[in-house]
Amino acid sequence: MLYREAGDFNTSYPQDSQTFPIRFDRYRYYVVLAFAFLVVPFLINDYWANAILLPFLIYAIAAIGLNILTGYCGQVSLGTGGFMAVGAYACYKLMTAMPEVSMFVHVILAGGITALVGVLFGLPSLRIKGFYLAVATLAAQFFLVWLFNRVPWFYNYSASGQINAPERDTFGILITGPNAPAWATYLFCLIFLAASALIARNLTRGTMGRSWMAIRDMDIAAEIIGVNPLRAKLSAFAVSSFFVGISGALFFSVYLGAVEVGEAFGINKSFLVLFMVIIGGLGSIFGSFAGAAFLVLLPVALKVVGVDMMGWPTDIVAHFQLVIVGALIVLFLIVEPHGLAQLWRLAKEKLRLWPFPH
Amino acid sequence: MPEQLLFAMEVTLNGLMAGVLYALVALGFVLIYKASGIFNFAQGVMALFAAMTLVGIMEGQVPFSHLINGVLGTDVHHFGWHVPGALAILLTVGVMVILAWAVQRFVFRHLVNQEPIILFMATIGLAYFLEGLSDLMWGSEIRTLNVGLPQGINETIDRVTYDLFGYGFFIDNLDIVASVIAALLVAALVAFSQYTKQGRAMRAVADDHQAALSVGISLNYIWVLVWSLAGFVALVAGIMWGTKSGVQFSLSLIALKALPVLMLGGFTSIPGAIVGGLIIGVGEKLFEFLLGSALGGATENWFAYVLALLFLLFRPQGLFGEKIIERV
Repeated sequence: MLYREAGDFNTSYPQDSQTFPIRFDRYRYYVVLAFAFLVVPFLINDYWANAILLPFLIYAIAAIGLNILTGYCGQVSLGTGGFMAVGAYACYKLMTAMPEVSMFVHVILAGGITALVGVLFGLPSLRIKGFYLAVATLAAQFFLVWLFNRVPWFYNYSASGQINAPERDTFGILITGPNAPAWATYLFCLIFLAASALIARNLTRGTMGRSWMAIRDMDIAAEIIGVNPLRAKLSAFAVSSFFVGISGALFFSVYLGAVEVGEAFGINKSFLVLFMVIIGGLGSIFGSFAGAAFLVLLPVALKVVGVDMMGWPTDIVAHFQLVIVGALIVLFLIVEPHGLAQLWRLAKEKLRLWPFPH
Repeated sequence: MPEQLLFAMEVTLNGLMAGVLYALVALGFVLIYKASGIFNFAQGVMALFAAMTLVGIMEGQVPFSHLINGVLGTDVHHFGWHVPGALAILLTVGVMVILAWAVQRFVFRHLVNQEPIILFMATIGLAYFLEGLSDLMWGSEIRTLNVGLPQGINETIDRVTYDLFGYGFFIDNLDIVASVIAALLVAALVAFSQYTKQGRAMRAVADDHQAALSVGISLNYIWVLVWSLAGFVALVAGIMWGTKSGVQFSLSLIALKALPVLMLGGFTSIPGAIVGGLIIGVGEKLFEFLLGSALGGATENWFAYVLALLFLLFRPQGLFGEKIIERV
């Protein structure tokens, strides 16, 4: 009854091409947005922010970024951790060099710097394809982490080799540092996530997104029908790295506060984000959200069930987590290679026909 | 001879030895990739799992003992016997064959005809699963592995080079043994794939699944065989690396070292894996020796990747890889 296009008449072209063409979907979207922006900030406390909400928001941005590159443009990247590190260190250098500027500017600039680095490491994709490219992006991962570890300029010659986020505010509200209120950090990340999702959604259904998908589906054929592979691939790398850089900057400055590059942005981070994209669904913005939520909640849920309810030692639960994540990924690929997003799509199709399926 | 040059020669020799070990891991990748088109990221974890199993069996450890104790509150840890090295290796090979069968039966049989990238991701999932499983089965602390391979400086080389140049080269006995074993293994694998019925079937499957199926080759059997072989290679690599630096989590990271070797050599070429391994081994050791201190050290982490990346820009299919022909 609810989920129908019947009776929903479009009278102008903008209406015809809106993101959520079905009225119910549109209202649901507004309700979710309103809830996230207006209700959650009043309910939030430190535990919820740090254990669940902040990681979810930040990983969702990273997953959107990687999904653009891997899901939409078909270029598998294992360098996400390295690009997140670029965002984090760019943000750190900007924060310490220009303390009076708003955090918004810093984070966006950090994203821009990461986009440049992404384009640089994306250049080989013009010649290298498939698995060779996946391995080549590992070069970015290892080289960047090594660079931030070994060149003291990046961590301002601090003795520990770590970077620590100093206290910075935006519009007079503290965003980073240990004294920042949970609702402020939450809203800060949420604004970035909402903007990223909006931009990504509209990019992927426009000219640029279509050229990415053409390259993904068959690059030679795309080239023959007039898609410029240089522009398509490099723009995918740039946009993807921009989002990944923003998530890296937020991850360091808002969420962790102090970062040791090998720990926080190692190869495991690359895989984690890749898993989010796979489990959520390649080539779907909603999938990025679903995947991030799933992989952020899974360890928390396992810990609650294993340690708090069953009383098992934490290391056993940690090992089980590896086994379960691994098994789930394999299971997902077997049962639904298109991820959670595909389940969502199927559910919507069913709902449209309900209660009279053919 | 100037001292620097002598050092460089020693570093080169050691690099060659390290390269052989890289090649050993890369070999496992190539075997599976050729036969089934699966890019097996779990190869390194398989080496870890094999080495852990070997140590566990040799020490007579009860599998899952930590889990059993944690859940049931009992206190079991060892059966109280010690298994001799050779027998333990045989048993471990048995375990790897069972693992190969399980992987084929429960994972890849359901993924036939999927895109290569999906298969690749499945192997990453498999790597996580195996890593957790080996921790659960045998615990996660560092183990020493000793199956009776010689270790320590090789006296003969030290003395001969001292007599020749007035400077004794430090070459580890273990590295020499590893090189010999790796050479034998490669020879055996090549002989197997060229001169036996199973080997011929394996090459047929690699060439064309459907054609192989239509002349009566069982794909299931061949894939279990290939995964078992890869498991065996992983065991050999696990023994070498485990003896060298202890059996621990970092063992699974050698897979990451083997990836640039594969890129350099080409995913489909056994000689490529060997040559690539040697180039990477020598290259990274020499680079660290010549420029490492100037750049801040630990360049081994990325040198292999950057070298392979630059190399691929000029030859996208690697040294010995099949020429990539693309059609619409």
